[in-house]
Amino acid sequence: MSTAQILGLITGILFGVLLQKARVLRFEKQVAAMQFKDMTILKFMMSAILVGMVGVAVLHGLEIITLGHKAMNVGGVLVGGALFGTGWAIAGYCPGTSVGALGEGRWHAVFAIVGMLAGAMIFAEVYPFLETTVLAWKDYGKIGLPDSLGVSPWVFIPVFWALFIGIFMLFENKHV
Amino acid sequence: MKLKTYDGGWNPYIAGALVGVLAVASVFATTKLLGKSSYLGASTTFVRAAGFVEQRVAPAHVEANAYFTKTKIKLDWQFMLVIGIFIGALASSLTDGSFKMESVPPIWSERFGRSVPKRAVGAFFGGALSMIGARLANGCPSGHGMSGMMQLSVSSLVALGMFFGVGVIVAGLIYKRRRT
Repeated sequence: MSTAQILGLITGILFGVLLQKARVLRFEKQVAAMQFKDMTILKFMMSAILVGMVGVAVLHGLEIITLGHKAMNVGGVLVGGALFGTGWAIAGYCPGTSVGALGEGRWHAVFAIVGMLAGAMIFAEVYPFLETTVLAWKDYGKIGLPDSLGVSPWVFIPVFWALFIGIFMLFENKHV
Repeated sequence: MKLKTYDGGWNPYIAGALVGVLAVASVFATTKLLGKSSYLGASTTFVRAAGFVEQRVAPAHVEANAYFTKTKIKLDWQFMLVIGIFIGALASSLTDGSFKMESVPPIWSERFGRSVPKRAVGAFFGGALSMIGARLANGCPSGHGMSGMMQLSVSSLVALGMFFGVGVIVAGLIYKRRRT
């Protein structure tokens, strides 16, 4: 195996252990979050974002790492986001958690995984069409909040921390 | 703050914070060892896996496809990461006793019954739709939801809002209990 493959595997194993320990791989956790009955996956994701946000800003500030924004393609993000949300609610898994769910014995995740592979094949077939339609509407490029508003990321980070901690307190108050 | 949840899981805030640390360490490690900053993600791997499968039946067709060419069908860093998620979840669930063979998940079975074929059709259809969406948006809850948000990407903020907002609406529509 190459260095890239070994590094990916080790990172993935650690990621898989944490996803499983937090119990966020399960269908019922993902759907219950969409029903506002059990917000475990949001607590988990938002905590990861808060910590990761600080680390990324520090390392980027020191010019150690580069950012990898995904393009703000209006059609792609809006239409794709809506399709994803619909599929996610029905399948109960996102790409990463489907594989993890299979690992913890939820073998029915295999149907979702096969569906995702089929979806990828369909996407590859219709890509030329999408490229000239939905993806051609408007593209703002690979932009981040700080650069597009011309301010430091450290302006946003405390705002996100305050906002997310407020949301966490709401979750805890409501016992969800 | 409780360290364990009722189902024996770790506190989600702590486990999430550890994922944040892992994500940052991973960006650092890929930059230093591979020469390029890579962020956690999962959905591109499904395109590569689909490409591998399709190559076995129609190699010329895959070669001619613009999207497969653009994505490059290979066992790369992210592909191994996704395999790692499977191994990590398997090892973790076997060692703490939470591994459970399940054919139909709760919530689904309350609404649609214990039929495996019905669940298979739903999961397949939902999975296909979500992957088409993820590729259009260029990311999933890992790539956009976590990695993009950490970088304060504009597209990720919008994408995550769409993922969850539409998910809430659709879940509300399909899992509403039938009046008996």
